[in-house]
Amino acid sequence: MSDVIIRAEKLGKKFQIGHQTARQENFREAMIRGPRNLLRSAVDLLNGRSVIAGDVIEEFWALRDVDFEIKRGEAVGIIGRNGAGKTTLLKILSRITEPTEGRVDISGRVASLLEVGTGFHPELSGRENIFLNGAILGMTRAEVRRRFDEIVDFSGVEKFIDTPVKRYSVGMYARLAFAVAAHLEAEILVIDEVLAVGDSEFQARCLDRMSKVANAGRTVLFVSHNLAAITALTRRALVFAGGHLHFDGPIETAVAHYAATLSKSGDVRNWGQGQNATLISAALLDAEGRPTERYEPGRPLCVQVVIETVGMPGMSLELLLRDELNLPLAYYTSAVFSQVSLPSKPGRYECRLSLQPYYLASGEYCFDLKTTYTNVHDDHRVDNALRFVVDNCSPDGVAYDFKQGAGRGVFAMKLEKPLQFSMLPPSDGQAAAGQGAAAPETD
Amino acid sequence: MTMLDQNSPRHLVLEAGRADRQYWPDLWRYRELFFILAWRDVAVRYKQTVIGLAWAFVRPFLTMVVFTVVFGKIAKLPAEGSAPYAVMVFAGLLPWMLFASVLSDASTSIVGSANLISKVYFPRLIVPLATVLVALIDFLVSLFILAGLMLWYGVVPGWQILLLPVFVLLALLCSIGPALWAAAVLVKYRDFRFIIPFVTQIGLYISPVGFSGKIVPEQWQFVYSLNPMVGIIDGFRWCILGGANPIYGSGFALSLGIIAVLLLWGIHSFRRTERAFADMI
Repeated sequence: MSDVIIRAEKLGKKFQIGHQTARQENFREAMIRGPRNLLRSAVDLLNGRSVIAGDVIEEFWALRDVDFEIKRGEAVGIIGRNGAGKTTLLKILSRITEPTEGRVDISGRVASLLEVGTGFHPELSGRENIFLNGAILGMTRAEVRRRFDEIVDFSGVEKFIDTPVKRYSVGMYARLAFAVAAHLEAEILVIDEVLAVGDSEFQARCLDRMSKVANAGRTVLFVSHNLAAITALTRRALVFAGGHLHFDGPIETAVAHYAATLSKSGDVRNWGQGQNATLISAALLDAEGRPTERYEPGRPLCVQVVIETVGMPGMSLELLLRDELNLPLAYYTSAVFSQVSLPSKPGRYECRLSLQPYYLASGEYCFDLKTTYTNVHDDHRVDNALRFVVDNCSPDGVAYDFKQGAGRGVFAMKLEKPLQFSMLPPSDGQAAAGQGAAAPETD
Repeated sequence: MTMLDQNSPRHLVLEAGRADRQYWPDLWRYRELFFILAWRDVAVRYKQTVIGLAWAFVRPFLTMVVFTVVFGKIAKLPAEGSAPYAVMVFAGLLPWMLFASVLSDASTSIVGSANLISKVYFPRLIVPLATVLVALIDFLVSLFILAGLMLWYGVVPGWQILLLPVFVLLALLCSIGPALWAAAVLVKYRDFRFIIPFVTQIGLYISPVGFSGKIVPEQWQFVYSLNPMVGIIDGFRWCILGGANPIYGSGFALSLGIIAVLLLWGIHSFRRTERAFADMI
């Protein structure tokens, strides 16, 4: 059972992106350019070529020179930063898009799950959507009918199975959608980051299900930013960086390589040395204490810093949280806020900071790290030492992706007590408010 | 080196320009998706409407009333033979509406299913074809209205009614070609979103829908047949109303030729651009 089920050779995918040059042009130029572009588009249309908006066309390789083999029954993780080419690879393997160069040989039926609930229709009931989604994912009606009870059971929405899914909560919707996909029958299962939905109990159930699939001798390709999940499910991983296959091998080594690609993409990578206390490395940790790139708002923000100190007393460790625009958001200094200095015995230390939960908006953030002497003199300073991403922010369990970039700020405000409305008598409303405002003066 | 089982029936090679070999078998394998997509469109169509399925009757009926009044009563155009004007109009309206709804629904179907196209593989041809099935179901509903009208006016069809399915099929084939082409180019050029309604609107008036094709002078009949719907509508009317054989030999052959060319052209251009849909949509 060690035959190769997927083999990719020199695989590459090129995209063309059009840019509009932001050049001021006068009316006459626009008049000339208009028809010329129109003519170009018309020629492209007749030849069946794709037309790209903009006057500068740039080629961009989302994936290039990728070779790998995957054996039957193997579970392989695919990791890499955003834009590293992971999703493009999955799209090629699941035949959504075709490669520009190279080839892939696949011998087996591929079921791909790039999104849960693809094609779900809000007006249809849960039952109807199971059949619809099943058909979209390539199941026959007989297959769905055979596994229907199992699917409903797994999803835990049996009570609402005949309710239109538009009345479902976000969690129920996600559970039903994953339940259908989890029961796909195929030799090869290709899964993109789909576990970012649902509560942690359901996520655990999904992981359990996926490890069952992997252990049942089926081939699983699994993309995730959740390194804990990947480590638990797979023994081998492909690490992508900038469209190239950066590393292919055992999962533990792969995670280390992934961390290397992460740090390489930062701005300052030569961390250098401090006089008295040197910052060696930093990582964001997930709930299990494994390095991660994602922060889930509402959990303690766990940062691990490795420091080497010569034992100078009065040294402080400082953290500065910045957002995508590099604006400082929050500050921490150990010597003042916690009244803890770096150890006075020379050596290399691991320091774990568990910061109070923040409800950070989705986006990218980074920490600047610093060791200082008496909080005044910088000893060793590393800007951009630790980058992390927030996928979406859900203060009360409802994933509503308010965007920081949309001018809605950096944090979600979470209520301490439930929101209350007390109705005021209609006519006295204003008077009461006026009295309230006046109260401090009379006091 | 370990072997890859190249002879397995499931063996698949993904390479630039080479998704073709599996295409037609895949189309067959995904036939259930075709039915289920059509079923979804039908099931969802009349949700949250007050009169529900009755819309399928009201729309064609009102169009027929308007045409009968405008062309028959106001413009006083002659009906075909002894048939009541309303029945004549309706018999022309049915194939036209079939054509127009396939053209408009199928052409926007690919863009409308962008979320499916970019996340799941299946032969893309299924999406426009499913809308064709939906249009056909609407058409069958309208046939009931026609039957009702015929009862009301006491029109008894002759043996020709048996040929009706042939003309229905021709109307479908005639619409699928342009619709597939439009669906494919619409992915790249959203301009066609504005062009298609315009075409169906103009087409309604230049095809013999509200009036009899016989009012077109003899010497222009051949040119008129360049519009392939002319032969189909005439034939459809003949099946319902009987009368003299309206099929104008060389004109009808021309229509058939045009339909065949449009169909092949449509499938060809759809298949050629289909591979890149997910990248462009």
